[in-house]
Amino acid sequence: MGLVKKADKITSLKQLQKIKQDVIEQNLLTEHGPRFKITVHLGTCGIASGAEQVKKEVLKNIEDRKHKDIIFSTSGCVGFCALEPMLTVESYFGKPVTYYQLDAEKIEQIFKIHLGQNKIVEELEPITEGSEVNDFYRYQYSRVLRNRGQIDPLNIHHYIARDGYFALAKALSQGDGTQIIEAVTKSGLRGRGGAGFPTGVKWNLCRQAESADGVKYIVCNGDEGDPGAFMDRNLLESDPHSILEGMLIAGLAIGSPKGYIYVRAEYPLAVQTLTAAISQAKQYGLIGKGIMNSDFDFDIQIYEGAGAFVCGEETALLKSIEGKRGMPRPKPPFPSDEGLYGKPTCINNVETLANVSQIILNGPQWFNSLGTETSKGTKIFALAGAVKNVGLVEVPMGMTLRDIVYKIGGGIVGDKAFKAVQMGGPSGGCIPEKFLDIPVDYEKVKQAGSIMGSGGMIVIDEDTCMANLARYFMDFIQDESCGQCVPCRIGTRRMLEILERITKGKGEEEDLEKLEKLGQVIKETSLCGLGKTAPNPVLSSLKYFRNEFEEHISTRKSCERLHIKAKVKKV
Amino acid sequence: MRIADLPKYKLLPREEDRVNHIIESHQGDRGMVIPVLQKIQKAVGFIPIDVQKKVAHELGVPEKEVYGVATFYSFFSLIPRGKNNIRVCMGTACFVKGGKIIADRIQKELKIKPGQTTPDRKYSIQVNRCLGACGLAPIIVINDHLYQKVNPDEVMDIIYSHKD
Repeated sequence: MGLVKKADKITSLKQLQKIKQDVIEQNLLTEHGPRFKITVHLGTCGIASGAEQVKKEVLKNIEDRKHKDIIFSTSGCVGFCALEPMLTVESYFGKPVTYYQLDAEKIEQIFKIHLGQNKIVEELEPITEGSEVNDFYRYQYSRVLRNRGQIDPLNIHHYIARDGYFALAKALSQGDGTQIIEAVTKSGLRGRGGAGFPTGVKWNLCRQAESADGVKYIVCNGDEGDPGAFMDRNLLESDPHSILEGMLIAGLAIGSPKGYIYVRAEYPLAVQTLTAAISQAKQYGLIGKGIMNSDFDFDIQIYEGAGAFVCGEETALLKSIEGKRGMPRPKPPFPSDEGLYGKPTCINNVETLANVSQIILNGPQWFNSLGTETSKGTKIFALAGAVKNVGLVEVPMGMTLRDIVYKIGGGIVGDKAFKAVQMGGPSGGCIPEKFLDIPVDYEKVKQAGSIMGSGGMIVIDEDTCMANLARYFMDFIQDESCGQCVPCRIGTRRMLEILERITKGKGEEEDLEKLEKLGQVIKETSLCGLGKTAPNPVLSSLKYFRNEFEEHISTRKSCERLHIKAKVKKV
Repeated sequence: MRIADLPKYKLLPREEDRVNHIIESHQGDRGMVIPVLQKIQKAVGFIPIDVQKKVAHELGVPEKEVYGVATFYSFFSLIPRGKNNIRVCMGTACFVKGGKIIADRIQKELKIKPGQTTPDRKYSIQVNRCLGACGLAPIIVINDHLYQKVNPDEVMDIIYSHKD
C-alpha cells in the first residue's frame, strides 16, 4: 500500500491527531479548490449490483470532462441494499446527496447537472436530508455503523480521521486494563452474537483466569452463519479497523498477546479487506510488539472458516481453529477457563467488538443513554424478506418492531398483509402481528417466542406458508447438526420427516403433538446451543400459526396446492 | 459414503505440482490442516483421497483426522467440481423469495443433485446456507460472480452464459 515508511510507526496520540488533520485538510472542499467529492460505495451487495461499473463510469467522466476539482473516493457499503449501486456527492455548496440505482445515463446527468451546474438532479429523487427516501436513515442511530459510506476501508488514514485508534491510545494511557473492563461493564454492553452475555463480565472472567504460561487468546467470531444476517460481513468489509481496535483493547484488558479472527470463507471480500487492514495496522505499529511505545504486544491472525453452521458455537469454533472437526463440547469448562489450545480464551462477536472503541472514547454513560432497562445501546438488524427497504438498520434497543418494519423498512412489498417477522435464524422463531408493538430488546423478544440472535430480521408476508418455512428451518438444522449427540442428530431428522409429510399433504392429526413432544425433548437433552434451540422455529410457528399446519392436514393438500387455492380465492 | 465407493479421480501433473507445493510449505505444521485443505480446494477444486493421505503424512496427523475434516466442512469437495461451480443461496431471505424453486429448476435441467458435477464436468451445483447478501435475494453465485434477484425463468440463461 506504501502509505508509510518503516520509521513512521505511530507512537503517540499526537501522531494520530496529525494524520486526522492531514486527511481532513486533503478532503477539504473550498470555493476555489476542489469543490466536489464523489464517493462510490463498494460493498458486496453494491458490487453485485454493478458498483464496479459505476466506478469506471465516474472515473471516465472525471477524465473526459477534465475535472480537476473533484476528489474521488470509494467506501464500503452504506447499508441500503435495495437501492444499490449508489454514489454520494459532497459539495462545498451544500449537504451531501446520495444517488442510487445508477446506470451510465444517470451518471452522465449527475455530472452534467449536479457537478456542471451545481444543482441537485431532482428527477433522480436522490437521498438528501428530508427527502422521502431518507426515511430509511431518518430513524436510525449510526454508532457502530458511524463510518458507513464515510471511509475507504482499504485506507487506514480514513479510519484514523474518524478518531480511529484514539480509543486504543486512551486505553494504553490508562495502564493495566482494569479501567477498560470497568468502563465496558458499566456501559451494560451485552454480546451481540445472540445470547446477550454481559461483555464486561466475560472479560473480567478471562482476565482473572489463570494460565500456566501466561498465554490467553482473544477470538473474534466472524462465522456469521445465521441465514438472514449480514451485519458482520458488512462491518468486516466496510470498517475492518474498528474490529481490530476492539480486539486490541480486549487484548489489553485481559492481558492477551494474540487474537484470531474466524471469518467465513464464503465472505471473500471481507477476508481480503481484513487482510489489508491488518497489514496496514502492522506497518503503523498498531499491531505487533510494543504498540504505541508501550510494553503491550498483540498479534492478530485471520482464520478462514470452511463452512459449518455449528462453528458459530464457541466451543466448536475453537476446535475448528485447532484444525479439527468443529464439534462442540459440554460447558463448563467455559472458554474463559479452558479455550483455544486449553488456554483461557475470550470470544466476542464482530458487532460486540465494533462497539468497544466508542465506549472507551465516549464513556459508559454515553453508551447506555440509549436502550432499555436490560439492553443498552444500539443493535444492527439485517432487514430482509418481504419488506420494501431491505438493508442494514441500526436502531436504539427498544424501538418497536412496527417502527422498524414500517417506518424504516417502508412496509411490505406490494402492500401485502404482514404475517410475521422471523428473528434469530434457526435458533429463533416467528413473531406474529400481535407482538408488532413490543420494544425490541433481549428480554421482550424472548417473551414473544424468538431470540435476538445476531440480528437477522426476515419479514414474512401472507404468501409464505408457515409450515413450509418450519420445514425449511428443520432441513437446515438437520443438515448442519454435527451429529455428535442423538437428540439433535436423530430427533431433528424425525421432526423434518413429519414436517415433510405435512407439507406434502400427507400429515396425520397426531403429528402436531408429536412435533411438540419431540421439540421439547430435543431442547432439553441436546448438548450444545444448536440442538437446544433447533426446534424453536417449529415450536413458535406451531404456537402462532397452528391453523396453517392443521389446514394442510385436514385438506390433505401440499403447499403448492394450498398456495394455488389461495391465489384463486383472491381473484 | 465409504471411501472405497468414491470414484477415482487423478490430478493432472500440473495440478499435482501445485498441491505438492502447498503441502510441502506446511510440513510438520499440525494445526494447519484446514488452511492447507482450503488452499488445495481453491487450487484444484477438490481434495482426492490420495491427496488427503499425503496431507496427513506430511503434516503429521492421522489420516482419519484429515478425512474427518474434509468431510465435515461444506467448503471441501471429494469429487471434482465443474468448471462452473454454481452456488444457490438457500438462506431464509432467498428461500422466501423463491430460492427453492430456482434450486429445483437447475437440478432438473442439469440432471444433477447438489454436491454433484455434470459428467462433462462443465457444471456443478452446491446449495449454500446463506451467502449474506440477503438484500439482493434470491441470489446465485457462479464461480465468483454474484447474480441478484434471479428469476427462475431466466436462471438457465444465466447458467448457460457460462460455458467454459
